[in-house]
Amino acid sequence: MKIKLNNRDESFDSDNLTISELLKFKNFTFKMMIIKVNGNLVKKSQYSTTVVIDGDDVQVLHMISGG
Amino acid sequence: MTFKEIKKILGNKTVGIAGCGGLGSNCAVALARVGVGRLIIADFDIIEESNLNRQYYFYDQIGKYKATTLKNNIRLINPYINVESHVQELNSENIPDLFNCCDVIVEAFDKAEMKLMIIETVYDEMPEMPLVTGLGMAGWGNSNILRCRKSDKLYICGDEINEVSEVLPPLAPRVGIVANMQANTVLEILLNKGERL
Repeated sequence: MKIKLNNRDESFDSDNLTISELLKFKNFTFKMMIIKVNGNLVKKSQYSTTVVIDGDDVQVLHMISGG
Repeated sequence: MTFKEIKKILGNKTVGIAGCGGLGSNCAVALARVGVGRLIIADFDIIEESNLNRQYYFYDQIGKYKATTLKNNIRLINPYINVESHVQELNSENIPDLFNCCDVIVEAFDKAEMKLMIIETVYDEMPEMPLVTGLGMAGWGNSNILRCRKSDKLYICGDEINEVSEVLPPLAPRVGIVANMQANTVLEILLNKGERL
């Protein structure tokens, strides 16, 4: 499948991936993240059940302390 | 637009500022100077000496509540601004009550978990509300990697890299740049509906 990940084109061998699998694959190990699939927020409790498919637009935003 | 025309538009707007630390105090002052009519500011904390390296307070204000003190400081700059201050710890329940009437909300917390909380709360409870967040501003130098970008109704200001630590403290210049980037983004949203971002 081909998806957009943080506005960049990415290709994966499998037809779909859960958010958990995608994060592991991309080595996103940040403790706190905002993840959006096609503009919809995906919360931490939904990472293992939300599936990303071909054509999806995925945004991963790292929460960084400071202010 | 002339400044007179700008003030006429901004005078009817309400901006919510969640947190009155380095981001919130400097952002609120910038918005008050240009004439945003109503500011709703909230913070539970008191001013400490260590805050003065970046926050808009004065030495003799140490020990006072940030929210009420910021209101007083704004009054000294622009007495025509209606400032509603809340000494309150913000959470997913009181954020919608406090900020529902705003045109834009500025996220001005220091801790990552609070930033996460307000972004999730605004997405869940106020999906149409523009939210301007500050992510990554610790340390010094590297001005050119500080930037603003838009992701749906969420506007992100900062370098999205540099997290505060013992050896990478938050300091006036970079925190001030991001606070003013947030204020600048608010103007963009209020004056041209965020079109240029």
